[in-house]
Amino acid sequence: MKYIDEFRNSELARKVLKEIHDLADEPVRIMEICGGHTHVIFKYGIEKMIPPQVELIHGPGCPVCVTPLERVDLAIDLAWRDNVIFTTFADMIRVPGSKSSLQREKARGADIRMVYSSLDALDLARDNPDRPVVFFAIGFETTAPTNAMSVLLAREQGLDNYSIFSNHVTVPVAVRAILDSPDVRLDAFIAPGHVSLVTGSRMYEFMADDYGKPVVVSGFEPLDIMQSIAMILRQRREGRCQVENQYIRAVTPQGNPLAQQVVERVLEPCDMRWRGLGLIPGSGLKVRPEFSAHDAEHRFDIGSLPELEDPKACDCGNILRGAKMPWDCRVFGKGCTPEHPIGACMVSSEGACAAYYNYGRHNLAPR
Amino acid sequence: MCLAIPARVTAIDGMMATVEVAGVSRKASIHMLDDVREGEYLLIHAGFALSKVNEEEARETLRILEQMGGLDEGSLG
Repeated sequence: MKYIDEFRNSELARKVLKEIHDLADEPVRIMEICGGHTHVIFKYGIEKMIPPQVELIHGPGCPVCVTPLERVDLAIDLAWRDNVIFTTFADMIRVPGSKSSLQREKARGADIRMVYSSLDALDLARDNPDRPVVFFAIGFETTAPTNAMSVLLAREQGLDNYSIFSNHVTVPVAVRAILDSPDVRLDAFIAPGHVSLVTGSRMYEFMADDYGKPVVVSGFEPLDIMQSIAMILRQRREGRCQVENQYIRAVTPQGNPLAQQVVERVLEPCDMRWRGLGLIPGSGLKVRPEFSAHDAEHRFDIGSLPELEDPKACDCGNILRGAKMPWDCRVFGKGCTPEHPIGACMVSSEGACAAYYNYGRHNLAPR
Repeated sequence: MCLAIPARVTAIDGMMATVEVAGVSRKASIHMLDDVREGEYLLIHAGFALSKVNEEEARETLRILEQMGGLDEGSLG
């Protein structure tokens, strides 16, 4: 078993699809929170195979998309500080700030390097002891422990020139903000499988208990997502409202305690602004004072950040909350494309607008 | 962004493992997993192993999928 091909089997897909069609007896709006799921749904055309009454709404689970303009601007500022090597995941390199992007600044001569892991940034710090190395730490609960671990390793190995610029955000607080929005009608959720590797499936219990929404934690192969849809429809058919785990081969109820401890040790909750959603109290993670030597915001003496509005033309906020569809935005596919993104949802391949655009759903208005 | 791929452990050296995905070898940290052994599959995200892949549970999922779509054959519904 390689855990990939087995979950792309077309014969099994036909069986699950039949199950979905049999169970889909009434309209239902299901939000997949994670941008990774959005990407798989479009890549495999899942939304076209399921009955039209089962509507998939795309959630805010794309950390690239939700990082606000002022924090991209600050990344650019840090990249130009004296002698700095600024490291980032490739996802962030094209994201527009208010005036420029890391890609453009790299072309202008800033020393900006793409890395696959914070471990690569640590290697750079080791190889360049005379230069400050800053790592642009973004991501949800999946990525937070990896970047927090890099801080522990930097301390252990005496890499005093290493710091992270933390922009981590957490899923539950944002989901609660969406559930509390009066204009968003959602019936059930597909929960992010890889966030859950760390947090465990228990984290979503408030969604079932407090809001009465069925939740299924899902893997990322097409059969995983299809099975999760079937599990949600079955919960509804049977009048149940629970957190179920489709991704049992990787996710446990309690998650990964070691990863949780690493995050707890290095990072602490903070208020964070989300692109499109605004300020959500307690939704971010910043470096604890104990590790301030490895906190770029402390080390480079960043003052308070301005709050920059998203471009006016964009409807990202409503799209990220599932209140509107990409084609409801007037610049979608016109002024705003993956090559020249204006708004957050078009920037990353996991953003809802980019998924619609890249997989040819430019002008589909199924009404 | 939250991409994690199943990779097989081919060697372990302290807190770093060599893992293989589709014939390609790379290094991954196993700082955040206990008791990793050669031959096991791990989910790797951004260079760090975050979870083991449980073969028994994977087979169980496939077994459930295999049984789906049988609603009109009488027993349920």
